[in-house]
Amino acid sequence: MSAPLLTIDNLRIEAGDRVLLEGLSFAVAAGERLAIVGESGSGKTLATRAIPGLLAPALDRVSGTIRFEGRELTALGDRGLRSVRGAGIGLVFQEPMTSLNPALPIGVQLAEGLKLHRRLDDAEVRRRSIDMLARVQIADPESCLARYPHEFSGGMRQRIMLASVLLLEPRLLIADEPTTALDTLSQREVLQLMVALTREMGTALLLITHDLGLVAEYTDRVIVLEKGVMVEEGETAQVLARPNHPYTAKLVGSLPRKDGDRAAIAPDAPAILRIEHARVDYPGKPGLFRAGTPIRVIDDVTLDVRAGEIVALVGASGSGKTTLGRTALGLKPLAGGRILFDGKDITRLDRVGERAFRRDAQLVFQDPFSSLPPHFRIGEIVGAALRHVPGLSAADRRERVRATLDDVGLAGFEDRRPHQMSGGQRQRVAIARAIASEPRLVVADEPVSALDVTIQLQVLTLLQRLQRDRGFACLFITHDLAVVEQIADRVIVLEKGRIVEQGPTDAVFAAPTHDYTRRLLAASPALALTETLAAQQ
Amino acid sequence: MKRSVHSLLGVGLVGALLVVVLLGLVWLPYDPLAIDLDHTLAAPSLAHWLGTDEFGRDVASRAMLGARISLLIAIQTVAISIVIGTALGLVVGFLRGWTERVIMTFSDALLAFPGILLALALIAVIGSSRHSIVIALAVAYLPATIRVVRGSVISIREREYVEASRVAGDSALYTMWRIVLPNALPPILVLATSLFGWVILSESALSFLGVGVPPPLPTWGNMLSSARPYMYAASWLSIAPGLCIVATLLGINMLGDALRDRLDPRDE
Repeated sequence: MSAPLLTIDNLRIEAGDRVLLEGLSFAVAAGERLAIVGESGSGKTLATRAIPGLLAPALDRVSGTIRFEGRELTALGDRGLRSVRGAGIGLVFQEPMTSLNPALPIGVQLAEGLKLHRRLDDAEVRRRSIDMLARVQIADPESCLARYPHEFSGGMRQRIMLASVLLLEPRLLIADEPTTALDTLSQREVLQLMVALTREMGTALLLITHDLGLVAEYTDRVIVLEKGVMVEEGETAQVLARPNHPYTAKLVGSLPRKDGDRAAIAPDAPAILRIEHARVDYPGKPGLFRAGTPIRVIDDVTLDVRAGEIVALVGASGSGKTTLGRTALGLKPLAGGRILFDGKDITRLDRVGERAFRRDAQLVFQDPFSSLPPHFRIGEIVGAALRHVPGLSAADRRERVRATLDDVGLAGFEDRRPHQMSGGQRQRVAIARAIASEPRLVVADEPVSALDVTIQLQVLTLLQRLQRDRGFACLFITHDLAVVEQIADRVIVLEKGRIVEQGPTDAVFAAPTHDYTRRLLAASPALALTETLAAQQ
Repeated sequence: MKRSVHSLLGVGLVGALLVVVLLGLVWLPYDPLAIDLDHTLAAPSLAHWLGTDEFGRDVASRAMLGARISLLIAIQTVAISIVIGTALGLVVGFLRGWTERVIMTFSDALLAFPGILLALALIAVIGSSRHSIVIALAVAYLPATIRVVRGSVISIREREYVEASRVAGDSALYTMWRIVLPNALPPILVLATSLFGWVILSESALSFLGVGVPPPLPTWGNMLSSARPYMYAASWLSIAPGLCIVATLLGINMLGDALRDRLDPRDE
């Protein structure tokens, strides 16, 4: 093997008096695909920003050596680095919504790099841009040049971003969580394109991610970072099948596993929630003198959730699954159809009935950072729904809050405030808030997708145990099929506001009947990895 | 570090102001209304620390009494404007719909007039007195308060914890009062302190235009306006109330910033 393309030796990054990254050494060979894996705070993004010299020099002190094609990057000035960025090292960031300039047409943004690094004439720039857009499978690349970023979806934007980076034919492509903001299907498409194109062009790929499924499917070698220290390095298949370091083992162990000993729900159990022919419209964009045409987000959806059952609601982003969850709780107005809770239409409840419904149907939000009111103490937050329980004294309420917090593993946290807690702890609080009033239905809207992998497993296990102990029904909204397989009795697949498939989880996963479900299943890397690992054992 | 210096300075300035006002209740060097034609426009001396005005009245005594009147006007105006503006802004921003359209149309119509002009017109209608100044200025600054509160309420009502309060079964009133309002407080507090400054300046401007607190009662504003002809002959007449206004505004603003920082629950 010739000299590596990129060699990092003893990289250390400090900010103030904190060491964020220490003693990181690794090499990337030309054309190789390497993954850097770690949870938030592991320093994986810092490490990759340091390579093209993109850290804030005033805040962060960098020591160690970074050699790219025989040149020492840390010794290069800003001028020298600029010639390396783009032409030598290309970068794709996580958020396609903000990494393209919304004020410039796509064509201008693509041409920028070429003009800067290659000195080509306009016709040649145009020809190459169109060519590259076609290679990232943008339909009608010619007209794309004149359009603006907001006219494209997230997946399309990330492809355009990829095209603009690959136009310069870099030798190394750094992709920092390039598909985290995308839904399952676009995620797969973008990554496959990225891998195929880099292979074709002989570009090395450095993929930063927290998703082991992606690592297994798309990379040759993997580096595991924990709190700024590299704990493991090796061939991807080797590391995932037989992790040496306990932290890697923990990461691999955090992949969702199927819950084998779950008792089946009786098929004649009464439906606690019944949605009948529900339609929900969002107001369309209004014209100058007329109201907009409403956009249908939920279209003729009928479903049941039986008492004690866990039903997973699955779909890509924009499929309407979050809206459906809110609608089930009466938080969105219906354009048609009915919602029955315990046999009663929730839009026709009297005061007493409305109170009972609010106690009996609860919601767990996706983002534990915005769902807890910042000025309240945890005890007050968890006790919120208990204020509406008739005949419950303040002392009883305190006792219930204490018991609930105890149950979610946060005993004695009553007097803390949300900002003093970690993401996982906050999500436990959100769960405690939902179950404190002993509801019969909990709608959980992507309750673990904002959390780190190892925390995800803990929260999921907690939710599963609580459900088993307390027996509430759960409408579990998610895009992650591996999670569905772990916890759900039944799965409902939603596409563009319509139900395209539903049935027992095992049956749907074993033999999906609808094409959309098949595509979703095929696009789930974590699921594939779980199966591979299970087969090996 | 720098922050604590600011808040100390704010507390110091406002504290000094309060001491002067309280002291003025029990003791003033001279009768601030007593005319002494033998000693008009006297320069600052041991007898008259800040000199005397064109009627021989003691400037220090008048500034102390003026502090009381100016502050009372400012506090009353800000209180009325903030309380009513916050209530309206909260309701309008939280409920949206036709309530919002009606109230915001009126508020925007008011906003279209320059504040001072509006106050002038109102005073012309209800007559010039201390109370009419308070009412006129409170009305003039109401639209700005409604706008600020409404904007911050609109952004807060979309947060998930507001939805969570609905799921818990809370009434709209409870959600507004206990969940939305506390989170909307920081910008309101900042607005209140800047409003305080504007009111003191506007009251000065109204006095300057001759519709302020009627003489012979002193406010910092009418002291400034009557000092204008003597700007060169007796500069102390303008400097004393001017410095009072500057020090007060500085103190109040620093105190407001410090208060806002303290109120933020994320900042321990």
